[in-house]
Amino acid sequence: MTATPALAAASILSGLLLAPLTPAVIARTKAVFAGRRGAPLSQPYRDLAKLLRKGWVFSRTTTGLFRAAPVLVLACGAAALAMTAPAGIAPGWGFAGDMILFAYLLGTARFLTVAAALDTGSSFEGMGASREVLYSALAEPALITGLAVLARISGSSSLAGIYAGLGADVWMSAGAAVLLVLVSFLIVLLAENSRIPFDDPNTHLELTMVHEVMVLDVSGPDLAAVEYGASLRLWLFGTLAVRLALTPSGLGGWELLAASIGGMLLLAVLVGTIESVTARLPLLRAPLPLAAAVALTVLAYVLAARFLG
Amino acid sequence: MNAPMEALLVALILSDLALLGSGRLGSCIRTVALQGILAGLLPLAEGGAGFQILLLGATVVVLKGFVFPRLLGRAMRESATSREVQPLVGYAPSLLAGVAILAGAFWLDGRMGGLLRSSGGILVPVAFSMMFTGLFLVVARRTAVNQVIGYLVLENGIYAFSLAAAREIPFLVELGVLMDLFVAVFVMGIAIQRINLEFDHIDSGRLTRLRG
Repeated sequence: MTATPALAAASILSGLLLAPLTPAVIARTKAVFAGRRGAPLSQPYRDLAKLLRKGWVFSRTTTGLFRAAPVLVLACGAAALAMTAPAGIAPGWGFAGDMILFAYLLGTARFLTVAAALDTGSSFEGMGASREVLYSALAEPALITGLAVLARISGSSSLAGIYAGLGADVWMSAGAAVLLVLVSFLIVLLAENSRIPFDDPNTHLELTMVHEVMVLDVSGPDLAAVEYGASLRLWLFGTLAVRLALTPSGLGGWELLAASIGGMLLLAVLVGTIESVTARLPLLRAPLPLAAAVALTVLAYVLAARFLG
Repeated sequence: MNAPMEALLVALILSDLALLGSGRLGSCIRTVALQGILAGLLPLAEGGAGFQILLLGATVVVLKGFVFPRLLGRAMRESATSREVQPLVGYAPSLLAGVAILAGAFWLDGRMGGLLRSSGGILVPVAFSMMFTGLFLVVARRTAVNQVIGYLVLENGIYAFSLAAAREIPFLVELGVLMDLFVAVFVMGIAIQRINLEFDHIDSGRLTRLRG
């Protein structure tokens, strides 16, 4: 047990350091699919360094909320990462019920982003904010129900306890439920991180953007905070899914940390592949996969309740 | 309850959800064909099935997996309708209704207690949820092809329920039911065609007037 603080620190630090790598891997995968060479994997780090050297520009219509939001969003992301990253790796991490706090931290981050977007008074940003809230209203029940299923199966209500409690034997008794949760976590990951088929992170047409349009007025170091916060968010949801997929391996400690980081890179390739082979859904049809994710998690909950008695 | 059985039943529920969430008639027909095949495999997965039950399963697979989809596909092509444009209940609400149906089916099964042989397993609640989903599809969709699909889902549910309720339903009775079903789908296919010839659409919501 002496290795626990070192393990926890290593998993959090690796998340903080490697998070910008996942968007780069996604972009690289898409470039390969399109027959291009693509930007180097260090591109997000260089972008962040460039943005940090620049100055701020604030619209005169904005208030202090707009200035505070990027940093607060980043803080929420970092706090959520500190709860998720050591889950299953460092035994005894976290506290009972921290999965609720995790969901609310993500919700607070979204509220701040949306409030800052509304603060600019731009009609385009208001449209983006409205769509973001629509998607998240459907994605959040799927996330919470999914976590509830895992809590029910593992008999623990902390993120670390959940991932420590899911072993290979769980896959024998309630494998179908865990698999359904995994699928819906992947759908939620795509929706919450504004990836295709829900949103196109590369689009630059204000009428179709969802997440990107909300940060149009953010500049300089604030934009760096937003970009870095977005990659932390991707890392968070990726960690939830990858650790779940790794539970039958029975790994623990440093091996699990290494496998989890490798899994994150594979997940980034998977997301890049999905983005390359699917088209973006029309705005009105986009809630359908999210409703399906909710349906899958409820089904998983019913199955878990039935199989575990 | 063994693992293949459990996997089949979960796949049956997923096919229900796919039917509720999709408006393309082609993919709905393929999904209901898959569901028919899965339902036909149920007695095999239960294990210890006799020759007659295997024969019945094979008949179900052939009829529901290959013959019915062929008939429905022809009706769809000839009516030149490829998707349900305006269902009475939208697709996302349909999915959520599917979830409510599922929860209701499990609740109902819990209320019934140990009345049925396979209580503890999920065969009975899955059968209930398929019946209700089929009924919901018949009510919530306007296109005649989709209503026939709802009818087939309902029948799949009854078939699954009969497996749970009474293993020994006489073989001839089951075959007779299948024969009736075959005639029903056949007749509905022809009816869809005639409706289409007469009215240039297969939207049952607009069939409010008689035409000579």
